[in-house]
Amino acid sequence: MKSGAPVIDIRALRYRYPDGTLALDGIDFQLDPGECVAVFGANGSGKTTFVLHLNGLLRGEGSVEVCGLRMDGALKAGALAAIRTRVGLVFQNSDEQLFMPTVLADVAFGVANMGVPPKQAALKAQQALEQVRMASAAAKAPYHLSAGEKRRVALAGVLAMQPEILVLDEPTTSLDPPGQRELVRLLRQLPQAKILVTHDVDFAAALATRAVFFERGRIAADGDVHAIIEQFHWSRGSE
Amino acid sequence: MRSALRHTSVERWSRGVSPLHFMDARAKLVVLLVFLTAVATTSKHVPWIYGGYFVLLGAAIFMARLPVLAMLSRAAWVLPFSAIFAAMTWWAGDFAAALVLIVKSFLSILAALTLAASTPWTRLLDALLFLRVPRPLLLVIQFLARYLFVVADQVAHMRQAAYSRGGARSAQAFQAAAGAVGVLFARSWERADGIYQAMLARGFTGRFPAPSAVPFLARDAIFLCLSIAATVLVRLAL
Amino acid sequence: MHIPDGFLSTPVWTTLDLAAVPAVVWAARKTQADLESSDSDDRRIPLLGVMGAFVFAAQMINFPIGLGTSGHLVGGALLAIALGPATAATVMTAVLILQAFLLQDGGVMALGANILNMAMVGVLAGYLPYRVWGRGRTRQASIFLSGFLSVTLSGSLALTELLISGVPMSRKLVLISGVLFLVGGLMEGAITVAALRAMERLNPAWARPAEPVRSRSFIFVGIGVVALFGLGTVLTSRAPDALESALSIRTELQSALSWYQDAKSWSRELHKALAGLSGMAILYACLMLLSRRFGRQRSA
Repeated sequence: MKSGAPVIDIRALRYRYPDGTLALDGIDFQLDPGECVAVFGANGSGKTTFVLHLNGLLRGEGSVEVCGLRMDGALKAGALAAIRTRVGLVFQNSDEQLFMPTVLADVAFGVANMGVPPKQAALKAQQALEQVRMASAAAKAPYHLSAGEKRRVALAGVLAMQPEILVLDEPTTSLDPPGQRELVRLLRQLPQAKILVTHDVDFAAALATRAVFFERGRIAADGDVHAIIEQFHWSRGSE
Repeated sequence: MRSALRHTSVERWSRGVSPLHFMDARAKLVVLLVFLTAVATTSKHVPWIYGGYFVLLGAAIFMARLPVLAMLSRAAWVLPFSAIFAAMTWWAGDFAAALVLIVKSFLSILAALTLAASTPWTRLLDALLFLRVPRPLLLVIQFLARYLFVVADQVAHMRQAAYSRGGARSAQAFQAAAGAVGVLFARSWERADGIYQAMLARGFTGRFPAPSAVPFLARDAIFLCLSIAATVLVRLAL
Repeated sequence: MHIPDGFLSTPVWTTLDLAAVPAVVWAARKTQADLESSDSDDRRIPLLGVMGAFVFAAQMINFPIGLGTSGHLVGGALLAIALGPATAATVMTAVLILQAFLLQDGGVMALGANILNMAMVGVLAGYLPYRVWGRGRTRQASIFLSGFLSVTLSGSLALTELLISGVPMSRKLVLISGVLFLVGGLMEGAITVAALRAMERLNPAWARPAEPVRSRSFIFVGIGVVALFGLGTVLTSRAPDALESALSIRTELQSALSWYQDAKSWSRELHKALAGLSGMAILYACLMLLSRRFGRQRSA
């Protein structure tokens, strides 16, 4: 992969739900290596639908290229699996993401799916847990963790696969201010390109320099994060 | 409101630390099965053998550093049910059989409780796999256990919401309860969808990864042999 | 009704444990079957696990039925209608195993009996009426019948197993238990109807399609099975010897088989168990045949 080439290159993406509603109406989007982009928009504007196209959970019309791998038409057998190791998606609902009986087993899940034998998978999982400062929770059941801890473990589960792109969907949901600060601190240290779908403007501004604004399935604006916030009156204090 | 509450103490005890907790779950499971078979096949004519069983169980509970009184009272849940049948048996003229019925059911529950309270349930599932219980069934139990509390919490919240709207005793309560079941089902289905998406997003290949093998140590073998020997000795009243 | 350890006689619990194994394996295999390819696939497992958690949690919801009492959903019929019989059977088996080991609800050695009663017969009986009559005007009635049969049959089976194990139950107690199971069945029927209606309001696709069956033979066999069953329980309780004499025709036919003669000289307990178990085996075989005939679905 040439350095400098975008890690995500999407052109004219359209997606229609099974019931016919048009969720995405021609999306053009590029992401450079190491870049951090915030995704704003009202509920139902297509943010989450868009993000689900990045690792092939949804497939629409148009051209989608992730880390140099194209995702249109018929995919070869291992192609989706390869894409999913490159794009780490952290879902909004941590309970649905941490589905294994212990924290360690869950973080190792993605690694094990890549064909890594159990012992090495456990080792990588432990390393990822250390990265998010949750190493002591390895043997715990996810039920006993707080929202912030679950979020960090979910992140570890994705980091263990060593992706090139991190996509986080509403990552500050249910987090108290210390939890949010911890997440910001953590994400700042990670070199991957990041996409942050969020309503939390302060969180976005702390991490991203660029933002896109979704409106009814289209990208209405794409530019500097503060300018976008200003343009759409997107902060909590605006009238 | 029964099961979910009882679940909590056993789950907490199972995460304890003790010599019995460290024993291999497969060995413990086999010992339990041998013990239960011994108890089940003991006739009513040898009441002193049951004393021997209590001693064995007491030793296990002691080795597991479990709270004896709490364990005994948990096991006592079965007593009302057994008492009914025991009363019938006594009334039919067979006092020995009545007593033995109560003792057998109590011993069996206490034994199963000891296993559950001294073994993390993930290890227990691995032990069941060793006994050739079908893998898909065990995976279902694994997911069941993982989401049991999550869904139970949902019910608790729904109940709170219903009470705060005074819904507990009205005539509509039956329909409201049915509605609650419907909502619970819908949310559970959506939750399963979300889990599946999360699995796919991390490269799920169609098969869950196999758990790493747990070594069976010499001390597990010793524990296994001694426990079985002790049980058989008591059973044959030697 | 979960049977604890210590109640069933040795021949009964050992036989039922053995009989439960192929049933559990069958259900697990059918659950995993991916109809598109020949490989089996784990993808439905999270759904089944969550459904198991749903059943547990749903059992905690109170359904007030007046006079200060309330009933609870058992869920076998609901699951069977929503997920199909094999899948529902696996979920209920998982629930029972969890209950036995973690909650000590039901015995460990008695798992075979409890699984056969509640996860197999309870689920099948909770599915067949809906499957056959679930279309058109008979839909609500069939759902009610499914719920009713599911609880009543699994309860009766449990009762039968206790009786053939030699647990002494006076005629009065048997009658009371029978009535309790009937009432429980009525409640389950009503609750299942109401719950399914609520589910369908949220999404009509949740109940599996029912297919009308014009075969009268099914109806008669179905009634026959239920009658055989109900009678079986009563017979074993009232007069264990009556059951023997009913089978005595078979005895004469099999007089050439000396092993049966020897069996009569075995302990009374074993003999009684044999008689009862063979009756149950016949019932079980009928249900399996019926499910095989009508249980085939187009989608898993």
